[in-house]
Amino acid sequence: MSDGNMNLKLKVWRQKNTKDAGQMVDYSLEGVSPDMSFLEMMDMLNEKLVNEGQDSIAFDHDCREGICGMCSMMINGQAHGPKDLTTTCQLHMRSFKDGDTVVVEPWRARAFPVMKDLMVDRSAFDQIIAAGGFVNVNTGNAPDGNAIPISKENADLAMDAAACIGCAACVASCKNASAMLFVSAKISQLALLPQGEVEGEERVRSMVSKMDELGFGNCTNEAECEASCPKGISISNIARMNRQYFTSAIKAK
Amino acid sequence: MIARFTRLMSASVVKKQIMGLTGLLLCGFLVGHLAGNLLIFVGAEYFNAYGHALITNPLIYVAEAGLGVLFIAHLGMAVRLIMENHKARPVKYYLKQPTGRGSTFASSTMPYTGTLTLIFLVLHILQFKFGPVYTIVHGGVEMRDLYKLVVEFYQSEVAVLWYVVCMISIGVHLTHGFWSAFQSLGFHHPSYTPLLRKISVGFAVVIAGGFASLPIYCYFQGGM
Repeated sequence: MSDGNMNLKLKVWRQKNTKDAGQMVDYSLEGVSPDMSFLEMMDMLNEKLVNEGQDSIAFDHDCREGICGMCSMMINGQAHGPKDLTTTCQLHMRSFKDGDTVVVEPWRARAFPVMKDLMVDRSAFDQIIAAGGFVNVNTGNAPDGNAIPISKENADLAMDAAACIGCAACVASCKNASAMLFVSAKISQLALLPQGEVEGEERVRSMVSKMDELGFGNCTNEAECEASCPKGISISNIARMNRQYFTSAIKAK
Repeated sequence: MIARFTRLMSASVVKKQIMGLTGLLLCGFLVGHLAGNLLIFVGAEYFNAYGHALITNPLIYVAEAGLGVLFIAHLGMAVRLIMENHKARPVKYYLKQPTGRGSTFASSTMPYTGTLTLIFLVLHILQFKFGPVYTIVHGGVEMRDLYKLVVEFYQSEVAVLWYVVCMISIGVHLTHGFWSAFQSLGFHHPSYTPLLRKISVGFAVVIAGGFASLPIYCYFQGGM
């Protein structure tokens, strides 16, 4: 280990199961390398806990390269920590100083119940996708690659929206626990393309009503979601959803 | 038909749009109200004649009812949204920090600046619409001397200070509310959203500054 290793104080949310009230628990961790990722630091803490015969801290993680959207952690009051355009796995310990106190909590939202410690159930997002976040494609021969012309501008906007990894940092950072950035990105990525446009009106209605039904809050245009999104998804998607919803609701059969 | 209307009104997106639309229409009222009140600078006769023309026009009741509906809709929807948003996060964070790249002082204090405006509005109507009635004759017509009432009222430093504080609060409310209404209604484009945000601040400064100048002017008119 290199010099400049840090000693950290950690305050981590511990909760046995969905029924447990849960509480913040203090830990101290010595010899944390600034080159570690935040998740590696959590692994180090867990090894220490296991060696001491304690229950390790449960947290979600998968790809550890910023594309799976699993590593949901509220770090020092910010979704995925203090750096912009990063997930927790991409956050390095060099963002912290020796002696710092680091507070780690799970996402907080009625629609995301805490399963254990830092793990939350984000299947509410799956339900929203199942409500309309797809295109119906008839089976048959593969269509010609360039049979449907798509403007470069729309292709770019759709791709920007499609960068969403469903990590729910938008919900976590929103003071109203609103899912509108996620839902609008998923609506936009399809609505901007001719293949998705066909079902666009029905899609916006069903996805928004599912989002409302699941108990997410309402957007107040603070743009904290955009600021904490690891993929930099713009709130212009929310405006697109707003106007599409209104026209769709008026025209609905 | 009714089911469709109820469903539409209960959708999160539409609730935001009602907030935005009623807010923008109330902004329109502020512009009209300020334009009329600036006649105080022109002179007592003009201001009183303006007031008289408003009060004696039978359409004033329609306008008042319309404003009442707008205000109640804006307020009622705000209460409903705040309650729903509160419920959306039953367990609060132990520590929550703004990113510094999103929320602003104005955006995070909307319920407080809104509440202050409500208190101000009630007092404002009681103080002037239902305040003491002085009369004066201008050009052979007897009318309410609202100019005297306003100047007299703002001889008190406390009254001036309260008014100025409330105008700053409305100004802060508008810096977020104005552009936010457009966002909720679906207007967002890289070409005009940055401009809209600047206009939002400019509009807030003009409205708050314009209104706040009136009691200050009246305070110094007292000696005459």
